[in-house]
Amino acid sequence: MDQSEANENAFERFSRDHSFDPSAWSERMNSGGHSGFIGMRYHQHGDNWIELGFDWREDLVGDPETGVLASGPIISLLDNATSMSVWTRTGQFRPQVTLDLRIDYTRAATTRKPIIARAECYQLRRSMAFVRGIAHDGDPADPVAHAAGIFMLVEGQEWAK
Amino acid sequence: MMMKSTELPPYAQAMGMEFAGTDNGSPLIAMDFAERAMGRPGFLHGGAIGGLLEMAGFTALEAELERQGADVRIKPINISVEYLRGGLPERIYARGEVVRAGRRVANVRIDAWQSDRERPVASCWMNFQLSPKKA
Repeated sequence: MDQSEANENAFERFSRDHSFDPSAWSERMNSGGHSGFIGMRYHQHGDNWIELGFDWREDLVGDPETGVLASGPIISLLDNATSMSVWTRTGQFRPQVTLDLRIDYTRAATTRKPIIARAECYQLRRSMAFVRGIAHDGDPADPVAHAAGIFMLVEGQEWAK
Repeated sequence: MMMKSTELPPYAQAMGMEFAGTDNGSPLIAMDFAERAMGRPGFLHGGAIGGLLEMAGFTALEAELERQGADVRIKPINISVEYLRGGLPERIYARGEVVRAGRRVANVRIDAWQSDRERPVASCWMNFQLSPKKA
Protein backbone atom coordinates (compact mmCIF):
# COMPACT_ATOMS: atom_id res chain seq x y z
CA MET A 1 0.00 0.00 0.00
CA ASP A 2 1.57 3.29 -1.02
CA GLN A 3 1.36 6.47 1.02
CA SER A 4 -1.41 8.15 -0.93
CA GLU A 5 -3.52 5.03 -0.65
CA ALA A 6 -2.92 4.94 3.10
CA ASN A 7 -3.91 8.60 3.36
CA GLU A 8 -7.04 7.97 1.36
CA ASN A 9 -8.00 5.14 3.71
CA ALA A 10 -7.46 7.26 6.80
CA PHE A 11 -9.52 10.02 5.25
CA GLU A 12 -12.34 7.66 4.35
CA ARG A 13 -12.21 6.12 7.81
CA PHE A 14 -12.64 9.53 9.38
CA SER A 15 -15.23 10.90 7.02
CA ARG A 16 -17.29 7.79 6.12
CA ASP A 17 -20.02 8.89 3.70
CA HIS A 18 -19.34 12.65 4.14
CA SER A 19 -22.76 13.34 5.65
CA PHE A 20 -22.39 15.23 8.89
CA ASP A 21 -24.24 14.39 12.08
CA PRO A 22 -22.84 16.81 14.73
CA SER A 23 -23.68 14.63 17.70
CA ALA A 24 -22.39 11.35 16.20
CA TRP A 25 -19.29 13.06 14.84
CA SER A 26 -18.55 14.60 18.26
CA GLU A 27 -18.89 11.26 19.96
CA ARG A 28 -16.38 9.72 17.54
CA MET A 29 -13.97 12.65 17.64
CA ASN A 30 -14.12 13.07 21.41
CA SER A 31 -13.39 9.41 22.09
CA GLY A 32 -9.68 9.91 21.58
CA GLY A 33 -6.90 12.25 20.54
CA HIS A 34 -6.65 15.78 21.89
CA SER A 35 -10.44 16.29 22.06
CA GLY A 36 -10.69 13.13 24.14
CA PHE A 37 -7.89 14.28 26.44
CA ILE A 38 -9.65 17.62 27.06
CA GLY A 39 -12.92 15.71 27.57
CA MET A 40 -14.96 17.61 24.99
CA ARG A 41 -18.61 16.75 24.53
CA TYR A 42 -21.47 17.75 22.28
CA HIS A 43 -24.23 19.99 23.68
CA GLN A 44 -26.54 21.10 20.87
CA HIS A 45 -26.59 22.58 17.39
CA GLY A 46 -28.75 24.60 14.96
CA ASP A 47 -28.59 25.54 11.27
CA ASN A 48 -25.13 27.06 11.28
CA TRP A 49 -24.01 26.78 14.90
CA ILE A 50 -22.91 24.19 17.40
CA GLU A 51 -22.16 24.02 21.12
CA LEU A 52 -19.42 21.90 22.65
CA GLY A 53 -18.14 21.89 26.22
CA PHE A 54 -15.72 20.37 28.70
CA ASP A 55 -15.45 20.14 32.49
CA TRP A 56 -12.97 21.92 34.73
CA ARG A 57 -10.19 19.54 35.70
CA GLU A 58 -7.16 19.86 37.95
CA ASP A 59 -4.72 18.90 35.17
CA LEU A 60 -6.11 21.57 32.80
CA VAL A 61 -5.31 24.39 35.22
CA GLY A 62 -3.05 27.25 34.16
CA ASP A 63 -2.70 29.00 37.50
CA PRO A 64 -2.28 26.60 40.43
CA GLU A 65 -2.77 29.44 42.95
CA THR A 66 -6.29 30.27 41.80
CA GLY A 67 -7.27 27.06 39.99
CA VAL A 68 -8.17 29.04 36.87
CA LEU A 69 -8.09 26.96 33.68
CA ALA A 70 -5.23 27.39 31.21
CA SER A 71 -6.26 29.08 28.00
CA GLY A 72 -4.91 26.20 25.88
CA PRO A 73 -7.98 23.97 26.40
CA ILE A 74 -10.21 26.97 25.57
CA ILE A 75 -8.34 27.46 22.27
CA SER A 76 -8.82 23.75 21.54
CA LEU A 77 -12.54 23.89 22.32
CA LEU A 78 -13.08 27.00 20.18
CA ASP A 79 -11.01 25.46 17.36
CA ASN A 80 -13.22 22.34 17.37
CA ALA A 81 -16.51 24.20 17.77
CA THR A 82 -15.78 26.74 15.02
CA SER A 83 -14.52 23.94 12.75
CA MET A 84 -17.62 21.85 13.28
CA SER A 85 -19.90 24.87 12.77
CA VAL A 86 -18.83 24.82 9.09
CA TRP A 87 -19.93 21.20 8.59
CA THR A 88 -23.06 21.89 10.64
CA ARG A 89 -23.93 24.66 8.19
CA THR A 90 -23.25 22.62 5.04
CA GLY A 91 -24.66 19.38 6.45
CA GLN A 92 -21.69 17.48 5.10
CA PHE A 93 -18.11 16.89 6.05
CA ARG A 94 -15.46 18.53 3.88
CA PRO A 95 -11.78 18.44 4.81
CA GLN A 96 -10.47 21.80 6.02
CA VAL A 97 -7.57 23.24 8.01
CA THR A 98 -7.36 26.24 10.34
CA LEU A 99 -5.83 29.23 8.54
CA ASP A 100 -6.04 31.58 11.47
CA LEU A 101 -7.76 31.85 14.79
CA ARG A 102 -7.93 34.90 17.03
CA ILE A 103 -9.14 34.73 20.60
CA ASP A 104 -9.88 37.60 22.99
CA TYR A 105 -9.89 36.56 26.64
CA THR A 106 -12.60 38.80 28.03
CA ARG A 107 -12.29 37.50 31.60
CA ALA A 108 -10.85 34.63 33.63
CA ALA A 109 -13.00 31.48 33.71
CA THR A 110 -14.60 30.73 37.08
CA THR A 111 -12.77 27.91 38.82
CA ARG A 112 -14.47 24.49 38.69
CA LYS A 113 -17.22 25.58 36.29
CA PRO A 114 -17.59 23.74 32.96
CA ILE A 115 -16.77 25.71 29.80
CA ILE A 116 -19.19 25.84 26.89
CA ALA A 117 -18.35 27.13 23.43
CA ARG A 118 -20.98 28.27 20.95
CA ALA A 119 -19.64 28.76 17.44
CA GLU A 120 -21.17 29.68 14.10
CA CYS A 121 -20.13 29.69 10.49
CA TYR A 122 -21.31 33.12 9.36
CA GLN A 123 -19.98 33.07 5.80
CA LEU A 124 -19.04 30.36 3.38
CA ARG A 125 -16.94 30.68 0.20
CA ARG A 126 -15.83 28.02 -2.24
CA SER A 127 -12.39 27.68 -0.70
CA MET A 128 -12.85 29.13 2.78
CA ALA A 129 -15.23 29.37 5.69
CA PHE A 130 -15.52 32.31 8.11
CA VAL A 131 -16.36 31.49 11.70
CA ARG A 132 -16.85 33.14 15.08
CA GLY A 133 -17.76 32.02 18.54
CA ILE A 134 -17.73 32.57 22.26
CA ALA A 135 -16.80 30.48 25.27
CA HIS A 136 -18.65 30.96 28.56
CA ASP A 137 -18.94 29.31 31.96
CA GLY A 138 -22.68 29.44 32.43
CA ASP A 139 -23.90 32.80 31.13
CA PRO A 140 -23.60 33.29 27.35
CA ALA A 141 -24.06 37.04 27.91
CA ASP A 142 -20.84 37.16 29.96
CA PRO A 143 -18.32 35.13 27.92
CA VAL A 144 -14.80 34.25 29.00
CA ALA A 145 -13.56 34.41 25.38
CA HIS A 146 -14.49 35.57 21.90
CA ALA A 147 -13.08 33.87 18.78
CA ALA A 148 -12.89 34.68 15.08
CA GLY A 149 -11.23 32.50 12.49
CA ILE A 150 -10.98 31.21 8.94
CA PHE A 151 -10.82 27.62 7.70
CA MET A 152 -9.37 26.70 4.30
CA LEU A 153 -10.94 23.83 2.43
CA VAL A 154 -8.35 21.27 1.27
CA GLU A 155 -8.11 18.04 -0.72
CA GLY A 156 -9.05 14.96 1.26
CA GLN A 157 -5.81 13.15 0.56
CA GLU A 158 -3.75 15.88 2.24
CA TRP A 159 -6.03 16.15 5.19
CA ALA A 160 -5.35 13.02 7.19
CA LYS A 161 -2.71 10.30 7.44
CA MET B 1 -1.18 33.64 35.76
CA MET B 2 1.70 33.35 38.17
CA MET B 3 4.32 30.69 38.02
CA LYS B 4 7.96 30.14 38.72
CA SER B 5 9.86 30.42 35.47
CA THR B 6 11.34 27.01 36.19
CA GLU B 7 8.00 25.27 36.50
CA LEU B 8 5.20 24.91 33.97
CA PRO B 9 1.54 24.88 35.09
CA PRO B 10 -0.50 21.64 35.39
CA TYR B 11 -2.02 21.91 31.88
CA ALA B 12 1.41 22.23 30.27
CA GLN B 13 2.79 19.32 32.29
CA ALA B 14 -0.21 17.15 31.45
CA MET B 15 0.37 17.89 27.75
CA GLY B 16 4.03 16.91 28.09
CA MET B 17 5.42 20.40 27.55
CA GLU B 18 8.88 21.02 28.99
CA PHE B 19 11.72 23.52 29.11
CA ALA B 20 14.34 22.67 26.49
CA GLY B 21 16.96 25.30 27.19
CA THR B 22 17.16 28.98 26.34
CA ASP B 23 17.61 30.71 23.05
CA ASN B 24 18.64 34.36 22.93
CA GLY B 25 17.25 35.01 26.39
CA SER B 26 13.91 33.28 25.83
CA PRO B 27 13.09 29.80 27.08
CA LEU B 28 12.52 27.10 24.47
CA ILE B 29 9.39 25.09 25.19
CA ALA B 30 9.17 21.63 23.64
CA MET B 31 6.46 18.99 23.44
CA ASP B 32 6.84 15.41 22.24
CA PHE B 33 4.04 14.02 20.11
CA ALA B 34 1.44 11.92 21.92
CA GLU B 35 -2.10 10.83 21.18
CA ARG B 36 -3.39 13.45 23.64
CA ALA B 37 -2.13 16.14 21.22
CA MET B 38 -3.57 14.67 18.02
CA GLY B 39 -6.30 16.36 15.99
CA ARG B 40 -7.18 15.01 12.55
CA PRO B 41 -5.50 11.63 12.01
CA GLY B 42 -1.72 11.98 11.79
CA PHE B 43 -1.50 15.67 12.72
CA LEU B 44 -1.15 17.81 15.84
CA HIS B 45 -4.35 19.51 17.02
CA GLY B 46 -4.47 23.26 16.37
CA GLY B 47 -5.45 23.83 19.98
CA ALA B 48 -2.46 21.84 21.27
CA ILE B 49 -0.20 24.00 19.07
CA GLY B 50 -1.99 27.12 20.36
CA GLY B 51 -1.49 26.00 23.95
CA LEU B 52 2.22 25.46 23.30
CA LEU B 53 2.57 28.89 21.67
CA GLU B 54 0.89 30.48 24.69
CA MET B 55 3.18 28.70 27.11
CA ALA B 56 6.23 29.93 25.17
CA GLY B 57 4.72 33.43 25.24
CA PHE B 58 4.13 33.37 29.01
CA THR B 59 7.58 32.04 29.83
CA ALA B 60 9.36 34.45 27.46
CA LEU B 61 7.54 37.36 29.11
CA GLU B 62 8.31 36.07 32.60
CA ALA B 63 11.99 35.78 31.74
CA GLU B 64 11.99 39.34 30.40
CA LEU B 65 10.15 40.73 33.46
CA GLU B 66 12.58 38.90 35.75
CA ARG B 67 15.48 40.58 33.91
CA GLN B 68 13.78 43.95 34.40
CA GLY B 69 13.22 43.15 38.08
CA ALA B 70 9.48 43.76 37.65
CA ASP B 71 7.32 41.81 40.10
CA VAL B 72 3.96 41.88 38.32
CA ARG B 73 1.01 39.65 37.60
CA ILE B 74 0.47 38.77 33.94
CA LYS B 75 -2.80 37.94 32.24
CA PRO B 76 -3.37 37.13 28.58
CA ILE B 77 -5.58 39.67 26.75
CA ASN B 78 -5.65 37.99 23.36
CA ILE B 79 -3.88 35.75 20.87
CA SER B 80 -3.96 35.51 17.09
CA VAL B 81 -2.55 32.35 15.57
CA GLU B 82 -1.56 31.78 11.95
CA TYR B 83 -1.39 28.11 11.11
CA LEU B 84 1.32 27.75 8.45
CA ARG B 85 1.73 23.97 8.05
CA GLY B 86 0.16 20.82 9.40
CA GLY B 87 1.86 19.81 12.65
CA LEU B 88 3.50 16.41 12.18
CA PRO B 89 3.50 13.64 14.79
CA GLU B 90 6.93 14.56 16.14
CA ARG B 91 8.56 16.87 18.69
CA ILE B 92 7.56 20.52 18.40
CA TYR B 93 9.32 23.61 19.76
CA ALA B 94 8.14 27.13 20.48
CA ARG B 95 9.93 30.33 21.44
CA GLY B 96 8.56 33.75 22.30
CA GLU B 97 10.10 37.14 21.63
CA VAL B 98 9.00 40.04 23.82
CA VAL B 99 8.48 42.95 21.45
CA ARG B 100 7.67 45.36 24.23
CA ALA B 101 7.05 45.07 27.95
CA GLY B 102 5.66 48.34 29.23
CA ARG B 103 4.03 49.22 32.53
CA ARG B 104 0.52 47.94 31.75
CA VAL B 105 0.80 45.90 28.58
CA ALA B 106 3.31 43.53 26.98
CA ASN B 107 3.37 42.42 23.32
CA VAL B 108 4.93 39.08 22.49
CA ARG B 109 5.49 37.20 19.21
CA ILE B 110 5.87 33.44 19.22
CA ASP B 111 6.89 30.86 16.59
CA ALA B 112 6.59 27.08 16.63
CA TRP B 113 8.58 24.67 14.48
CA GLN B 114 9.55 21.01 14.24
CA SER B 115 12.62 19.43 12.63
CA ASP B 116 13.39 22.51 10.49
CA ARG B 117 13.35 25.84 12.25
CA GLU B 118 13.18 27.64 8.89
CA ARG B 119 9.80 26.02 8.24
CA PRO B 120 7.54 27.22 11.09
CA VAL B 121 4.35 25.29 11.83
CA ALA B 122 2.55 28.23 13.42
CA SER B 123 3.17 31.81 14.39
CA CYS B 124 1.24 34.15 16.67
CA TRP B 125 1.14 37.39 18.57
CA MET B 126 -0.15 37.74 22.10
CA ASN B 127 -0.96 40.76 24.23
CA PHE B 128 -0.70 40.57 28.01
CA GLN B 129 -2.01 42.81 30.74
CA LEU B 130 0.49 43.61 33.49
CA SER B 131 -0.67 44.60 36.96
CA PRO B 132 0.90 44.93 40.41
CA LYS B 133 0.72 41.80 42.52
CA LYS B 134 -1.84 42.00 45.31
CA ALA B 135 -0.17 42.19 48.72
